[in-house]
Amino acid sequence: MKKYVIYCIGLLFSAAVYAQEPEAIVEKDTTQLQEVIVIGQRKLSNYRQEKTLSSVDDYLEKSNKITMIKRGNYAWEPTMNNMTSERLNVTIDGMQIFGACTDKMDPITSYVDVSNLEKVNIGSGQEGAENGHCVGGGIDLQLPQSKFYDFGFKSSADLGYETNGNYRTAGLDLEYSGNKFYLNADGIYRKSDNYDAGNNEEVLYSQFEKYNVSLQGGYKLNEKHAIDANLIYDKATDVGYPALPMDVSLAEALIASLTHTYKNDTTFVKSWESKLYFNTITHIMDDSKRPDVPIRMDMPGWSDTYGFYSKVGFKDEKHDILINLNGFYNRSVAEMTMYPNDSNQPAMFMYTWPDIRTLYSGIFAKDAISLSDKETLTASARFGFHNNTIAEQVGLESLQIFYPELTDSKNRFLMSVAADYQLQTKTYDASFGLGYGERAPSVSEGYGFFLFNSFDNYDYIGNPTLNNEKSVEVNAKANYYKNRFKVGIEASYFYIMDYIIGEIDPNLSAMTIGANGVRIYNALDNASIFDVFLNMSYDLTEKLSANATVGYNYGSGSNGENLPLIRPFSYLAEVAYNTNKFNVALQLEGNGNQSRYSSFYGEDKTSAYAVLNLNLGNILYLKNNKMVFKYGVENILDANYSTYADWNNIPRQGRNFYINVSYVF
Amino acid sequence: MKLKYILLALLIALFTVACSEDDSNYEAPIVNEVEGLNKVQEITNNDHTIELYTASGRFYTGYNAISIRIKDNTTDTYIENASVSWMPVMQMPTMQHSCPNTNPIKEPGKDTVYSGNIIYQMAFEDGTGWSLTVNYTINDMDYSSTAAITVMQNDDQNVSSFMGSDNKRYVVAMIEPKNPIIGNNELVVGVYEMESMMSFPVVQDFTLSLDPRMPGMGNHSSPNNTNLTYNSADNMYHANLTLTMTGYWVLNLKLMNTEGDILKGEAVTEDNIQSSLYLELEF
Repeated sequence: MKKYVIYCIGLLFSAAVYAQEPEAIVEKDTTQLQEVIVIGQRKLSNYRQEKTLSSVDDYLEKSNKITMIKRGNYAWEPTMNNMTSERLNVTIDGMQIFGACTDKMDPITSYVDVSNLEKVNIGSGQEGAENGHCVGGGIDLQLPQSKFYDFGFKSSADLGYETNGNYRTAGLDLEYSGNKFYLNADGIYRKSDNYDAGNNEEVLYSQFEKYNVSLQGGYKLNEKHAIDANLIYDKATDVGYPALPMDVSLAEALIASLTHTYKNDTTFVKSWESKLYFNTITHIMDDSKRPDVPIRMDMPGWSDTYGFYSKVGFKDEKHDILINLNGFYNRSVAEMTMYPNDSNQPAMFMYTWPDIRTLYSGIFAKDAISLSDKETLTASARFGFHNNTIAEQVGLESLQIFYPELTDSKNRFLMSVAADYQLQTKTYDASFGLGYGERAPSVSEGYGFFLFNSFDNYDYIGNPTLNNEKSVEVNAKANYYKNRFKVGIEASYFYIMDYIIGEIDPNLSAMTIGANGVRIYNALDNASIFDVFLNMSYDLTEKLSANATVGYNYGSGSNGENLPLIRPFSYLAEVAYNTNKFNVALQLEGNGNQSRYSSFYGEDKTSAYAVLNLNLGNILYLKNNKMVFKYGVENILDANYSTYADWNNIPRQGRNFYINVSYVF
Repeated sequence: MKLKYILLALLIALFTVACSEDDSNYEAPIVNEVEGLNKVQEITNNDHTIELYTASGRFYTGYNAISIRIKDNTTDTYIENASVSWMPVMQMPTMQHSCPNTNPIKEPGKDTVYSGNIIYQMAFEDGTGWSLTVNYTINDMDYSSTAAITVMQNDDQNVSSFMGSDNKRYVVAMIEPKNPIIGNNELVVGVYEMESMMSFPVVQDFTLSLDPRMPGMGNHSSPNNTNLTYNSADNMYHANLTLTMTGYWVLNLKLMNTEGDILKGEAVTEDNIQSSLYLELEF
């Protein structure tokens, strides 16, 4: 360990030195490009069907770039630019955190709740590389800033009920804010029974129950220095996954961080924020509620991460520079014990993630240069050192079945560079960006051992010899405004080299009973992913507006096959009426026929669908207090449908009436 | 800082070595040559007591690595210059037979221990039926000693005795791995022909195909296994055996002679889930 720390420090310095050069040439401002979703809990908004107590997943789904893959009614997996978790860098306020489930049943977005967060920063492609390497983009779930507002005590309570699934939610938030000290405590509880798809078809094993509590406090040392501490505890129990053969009896996370912030408006160094953090996740899969399984098994997983970052912001008239130095150490272990139906036989055990340690350290630099009033050129770069070590001898020996020459440690160097040009005038704005990024294979892709994927019904074996996946991207965006009319277009193209995907090995025998065979993670020579969105909005009056978005996505590999999980033609249309105290919106959302599905990678065709939603909101003011109501109907016509992102075609919720009440006092 | 640690480590090492040297200088070395072994039983005649040892302290069907010591009953010391052979015999209702075995020879580096092996291909449920005769020569004097021994049935089939399609009887026994791991294991198998009731010579240059399966996992197999081939250095058959998880494994075998004719065993298919020639393993 000590050796690693020394390595790590050495590398950081060398990386820092190395970074100087490109930093001067390249530049880019991600803050202006990044899409920000504000987790505005108690405000009125007509933006899609926003509920006060929406889950983080619901919030994320609002972004055009993001689709949530659903394996049930809980813990959806975010995808961005048609790329799933391993190609994204998802962080909580800059903190690296990794799910502990080998089957992606616990995306890290499931370990935080809206009560913990202030906003979500979404950076598409290399714009998302501030906190780590990615290909598809980065999602940073941001914790609230220090709140030295001196308003004393404040509290609020939320209650929610939805008819479909008998879904109950309750939240409580207590806050004290002083000049030098603040403390915030909140908790949220959610419980849902099985939901019904359209036509009252009950979806078995779609229940869940979870609670989340968090504590955040800060102390201001002086005008420039402050210390903040944040603790989040999240626990989900009895979570059903109708799309999978197993459920989850426990998904538990403890996320802790300590942050020091320095702020100064007068000097060149405007801000300096440093954080130390650690998080630990326990994830226990469970099949005891399933009546019919070929074999009973236990599949627990653990993931612990320790890390830090330190980021400095410099600013003058021309430059806006950010430098972020970060590092983490993660330990991922997962195991499987199967109990033969013949009780005379002993239990069968294997490590599915053989105690993989990941050590990463890297540096990110970004400069946004104002070329003129209208033009900005932004450049960014990230360099990092990435090491994987197999700590468990049994795990190393297991993988040596497939890779006899395998040693327990592998080093990689990763790099990301991006540049973006932006032009902004009164009637239009436009931007054009180029980027290059690399990522290391995920723990599953590198070291997974017989991980069953119910999507294509194959067992997957990791491949420690994989090259880094590399991506060249081009993106462009333009908006045109005229009176009350706005039209915008946004497109990205990714050319991904050494695209990691499972390849069937016909010589291998499946481990999972009933599986079709075994795929080994391998790399396609290249793959192309393209997405484009067209958005139009028109304000009929001050209060009445209409907007519509259509999107098209394309993904294909160098083997001539379509990539899986590529969104088909999609559309959204909305008419909204808004006043200060009331809002209503009617929304039509749907997908076209999935014609370019990927049968080669186990996908089947999903038919077109359309659903209609209605949502309303009121604000009532009672003396000093405020009440916010959000209510509406989702899937008014009770359509029975599933989308391309629904694992194994599990149907989505049918008609659902909901109401959320928030009381601020 | 670092130097200090190294010095400390060196000092500790020095002292440790010094201590053990003191011991050997001042006390007669009492080396227990059967350390780690357990005594199965003793066979006694008028002159000597023969001590039988195995790792478990018992005899089981299959391959048994056996160590013996011969104690002089009058002087109470262990004989260091004997030459030993043995003959295990199974008494059946109508006949008697022996089994494949290797006579004990002096274990390298030891003074009093002789080791060999016996592959009991069968056992009665109560462990009776087998006897062991040990013949030995000390200073040109021949001795013999016989006693009934107890051979327990192994939980897993680690030895198979069968008639081949060439109308000869064979015995196939697993010798390694003793402690299987999840991963690559060296599989060592002995193949013997039952030439007569009392003679079981090693069969040379045959091959055995290997197909390990887990019946509890829908007959899951493992990759990168190799076939068993003969190694003239130890007169045994060697292969790479990969095991993807702990549990109960069936090693399906096919025995082929030098011409490649299949003498016993069938390929595992959807319809034929197990070869008629197999060994079992559990860990």
